[in-house]
Amino acid sequence: MNARPSFLLDGDEVPFEPGQTVMQAALAAGRYIPHLCYHPEFTPHGSCKLCTARINGRLMAACTTPAETATEVASETEELNDLRRTLVQMLFAEGNHFCPSCEKSGNCVLQALGYDLGVMTAGFRHFFPDRPVDATHPEILLDFNRCILCELCVRAAREVDGKHVFSLAGRGLGKHLIVNAESGRLADTDVKVTDKAVEVCPVGVILRKRVGFATPIGARRYDKSPISAQALADAPRPLERNRE
Amino acid sequence: MASLARHGALYPGRTSSPPGRSHIVTQPDTPDELEPSVRRIISRWGHDPGALVQVLREVQEECGYLPGPALTLVARLLRIPFSRAKGVASFYSFLSDEPLGAYRVLFSDNITDRMAGSEPLLQAMCYRLWAEPGKVSADGLVSVARTSCTGMCDQGPALLVNGRAITSLTSERVERLCDLILARTPVAEWPAEFFAVHDNVRRADILLGHTQQPGDAIRAALQRGAAGWSEHAANERSWREAYVGAAQGPIATLEEIKRSNLRGRGGAGFTTGIKWEACRQATGLTRYVVCNADEGEPGTFKDRVLLTSHADLVFDGMTVAAYAIGASLGFLYLRGEYRYLLEPLEATLQRRRAANLLGNGICGQPGFDFDIRIHVGAGSYVCGEESALIESLEGKRGVPRNRPPYPVTNGYKQQPTIVNNVETLCAAALIAVRGGDWYRSLGTLKSSGTKILSVAGDVARPGLYEYPFGVTLRQVLEDCGAADTQAIQISGPSGVCVDATEFGRRIAFEDLPTAGAFTVFDASRDMFDVARNYAQFFAHESCGFCTPCRVGTSMLVASMDKIHAGNGTQHDVGEIDRLNKVLLMSAHCGLGHTACNPILDTLKRFRPAYERKLRSLDFAPAFDLDGALHRARKMTGRDDADAHLEAQP
Amino acid sequence: MRRARWSATVSDVARRKLKVATTSLAGCFGCHMSLLDIDERLFPLLERIEFDRSPLTDIKHCGPCDIGIIEGGICNAENVHVLREFRANCKILVAMGACAVTGGLPAQRNHLDLGLCLQEVYLTDPGVAHGMIPNDPELPLPLDKVHPLHEVVKVDYFIPGCPPSGDAIWKFLTDLIEGRTPKLGHGLIHYD
Repeated sequence: MNARPSFLLDGDEVPFEPGQTVMQAALAAGRYIPHLCYHPEFTPHGSCKLCTARINGRLMAACTTPAETATEVASETEELNDLRRTLVQMLFAEGNHFCPSCEKSGNCVLQALGYDLGVMTAGFRHFFPDRPVDATHPEILLDFNRCILCELCVRAAREVDGKHVFSLAGRGLGKHLIVNAESGRLADTDVKVTDKAVEVCPVGVILRKRVGFATPIGARRYDKSPISAQALADAPRPLERNRE
Repeated sequence: MASLARHGALYPGRTSSPPGRSHIVTQPDTPDELEPSVRRIISRWGHDPGALVQVLREVQEECGYLPGPALTLVARLLRIPFSRAKGVASFYSFLSDEPLGAYRVLFSDNITDRMAGSEPLLQAMCYRLWAEPGKVSADGLVSVARTSCTGMCDQGPALLVNGRAITSLTSERVERLCDLILARTPVAEWPAEFFAVHDNVRRADILLGHTQQPGDAIRAALQRGAAGWSEHAANERSWREAYVGAAQGPIATLEEIKRSNLRGRGGAGFTTGIKWEACRQATGLTRYVVCNADEGEPGTFKDRVLLTSHADLVFDGMTVAAYAIGASLGFLYLRGEYRYLLEPLEATLQRRRAANLLGNGICGQPGFDFDIRIHVGAGSYVCGEESALIESLEGKRGVPRNRPPYPVTNGYKQQPTIVNNVETLCAAALIAVRGGDWYRSLGTLKSSGTKILSVAGDVARPGLYEYPFGVTLRQVLEDCGAADTQAIQISGPSGVCVDATEFGRRIAFEDLPTAGAFTVFDASRDMFDVARNYAQFFAHESCGFCTPCRVGTSMLVASMDKIHAGNGTQHDVGEIDRLNKVLLMSAHCGLGHTACNPILDTLKRFRPAYERKLRSLDFAPAFDLDGALHRARKMTGRDDADAHLEAQP
Repeated sequence: MRRARWSATVSDVARRKLKVATTSLAGCFGCHMSLLDIDERLFPLLERIEFDRSPLTDIKHCGPCDIGIIEGGICNAENVHVLREFRANCKILVAMGACAVTGGLPAQRNHLDLGLCLQEVYLTDPGVAHGMIPNDPELPLPLDKVHPLHEVVKVDYFIPGCPPSGDAIWKFLTDLIEGRTPKLGHGLIHYD
């Protein structure tokens, strides 16, 4: 008999390994909880709040809350999806997200979440911030207009690349992404086009030059199926590994 | 707003630059010139990257601001990435990576300052000095801006000039400040009377009226150990407890704190004894005591007085805490606004070291080693949250951590750490001497002891009032000479706003818990303006980590500004409700959760203050339509009817 | 299959035809082209609706309507007047396409100073001789920033996309006309 510990997610039992967060356990069990700043390869930090769930009645970020037995997690509720819609709207209103001209369109996680949650408009007043692009690097373009401050590139650089290419500066609404150079130019950092940090951007901030729009509309990642059906593919699946 | 204030537009008839003033600020030093002083500062901090905030603060004090080459140098010498130095320098509002005026004037922008007339004073100063709020004057002489509450609400309006507090501002005083600035008199040579800060203690009880001498609390705690010295040390958590006779002292002291039922004075009211015990029992290599003197809640100023006139009691409390939990290092996290207290506090620490109240073998107790370092904040309200405070102590951006784990197990440098409010530690020092039962006999059933209230606003006698818990609001109003009171903001913007029907309520954890702020508004005040000021405060202080707070607090300000401008509708009130809900549901820390309190409370109790301002329509544009044509009118020279848009069709 | 259901409902001749107005503000008419992409479905649609002001009818002003559909954002004073006319006359106002929903391509000028833009285009550009910034009162003045519709009037529904596909517009309109809450779903909702 397998006596693995488990918790309830929307009424269904989800097994977990000690040390896993609610998010990790859910994804491993093939259950999707909407998320944006969580990535299975990096330390979760819980800033986007998309994965907010009711855990034993309390609202917590599923990506940073350790899984425990005898807990009830509610995620797929109208209340929470409404919250998630609003958070996605806030991110769209905060930056300059002009999808029709973005190379990332169709492969963008923010956009895909908007589609899946049924976000038809940012709704709020747009901030229209002024954020110049950085095209100094021969192989990589930075378009800060689309930055959602998820810090995935910051974590990827630190935890995988062993570098500090990306970091955050400012605070509040003035918080912004910076690169590790006094000049503020990406060309003056030790970034490599093969870095994990370059690959991991969920939106269209960090882009490889000269490869944009290679995939035709209709064949891009989230043209094919919604993000809720695909996010599971990124997650480690210990259950399946165990079966091997 | 900034562009409106260009001199030509704001002050008709004046030319664009002040007569007879040349550019006075020296060019930023070259890296070579900077190097000796940066090296000196960094070596004084032991090349510790954890001291980054302190290093940057001191480098700025020398260089005027933090130019890129200085940040590069700091990063190189501390062996940290440039981006980390830049990230920290741009997080704290007192640090600046852009040039500042030779005189940096920051007007305290709490609602009490505004009520006392700070805005006209700021405008008058800007006019006189040819400065635009928020910008450096063209000649580099001065920058004038607003900052969050500087903790001088009992003697406002107040400002900081190059970090030094000046209170009780009047037009005459502002004129004299302008004279001194225009004469380029160094701030150190300004008349001492300008820098006078009064305690204004109006009602003292056991704490503000205590007669304990430095070290009394420590000796009493050690004494408790001596009473049971034959018992064997039951644990080896702290090596010093291996000394026979030393084992029971910490436990006995902890028992007294627990018996007193002392609860945290920072507002949350966590039971101090339980916090200390959890820290004591947590596994770790070492333990830390942190005194939270980052008194950032607008309207609070009690810690300022405690650190000015009762610093020994604070340090006694920290030392007793160290004794009880087994810590050998403590930090006083002093808010940047109280930078002027640094030298006196360092002197007190030095005196205590000389008196064997700090250092090794305190009061002759072998193994009782403890010292205190002062960490000066650099302008960040969120650092009052204990995990953000610890991040700041570690030389990082003050972003609250994910919890659990809590600081009692994973605090400073991931070691067990207690973070206590200044007033809590003072109370602990009293309890160490007079015992838990004595303390518990004061106050109410669930709130033992006394509470210091920082009373300000529309009252005849602003200042500190210490009461046993359980005092009614009405009593406080009577004592401070408040008349025709409309509302009281209890515990600052993150607390609650109560109206006249509630003045029978009591200050106590079981009714109205408070960190101390008690801001009074009489019937002449517009409670909408109060809520708007607080909304601006939260947006300014949001750390920006989580989406709901970073974006939501700024959206709240936009909605409040729209209503303020007379363009608000029910639609905007609905949007405010929606934003509040998002903040309450999903913000990362208490700042975000409480950021909507002032608006929620005033909407509930003072809805007419909003509705008076609302249009009778259900929708109005998000921006000033006619104002949006201003630029085009100017460029085309048109002013015909079609070159304008009415706010409503 | 969708067609079959449609035929069944339009056979209910007792129903009054819904009045629909459309216009393009700071847009490119791409969304209107996409509306025409519903192709032969336009005929059954016309059994249920009739167009008031629209590029399809060339009626210049909008009368009382059931549905107003607007393409394009708000970039000048005239856009504001037209938008207000639609809002005043239409029971339901729909923002169609990226520009109406977010400001879109024209809003990409929002980080530039309008005065400098006018100066460069009409005065300092190398190709300009004896230039002047047009000041004819007949011309609408540009706003300093381009805004989506919902920042100027209350908008009831949004159809994102640049442009939204004919299928998306069809799905939206049929839902709305049938009294269902319009819902696009995967494949039909897109922002690009």
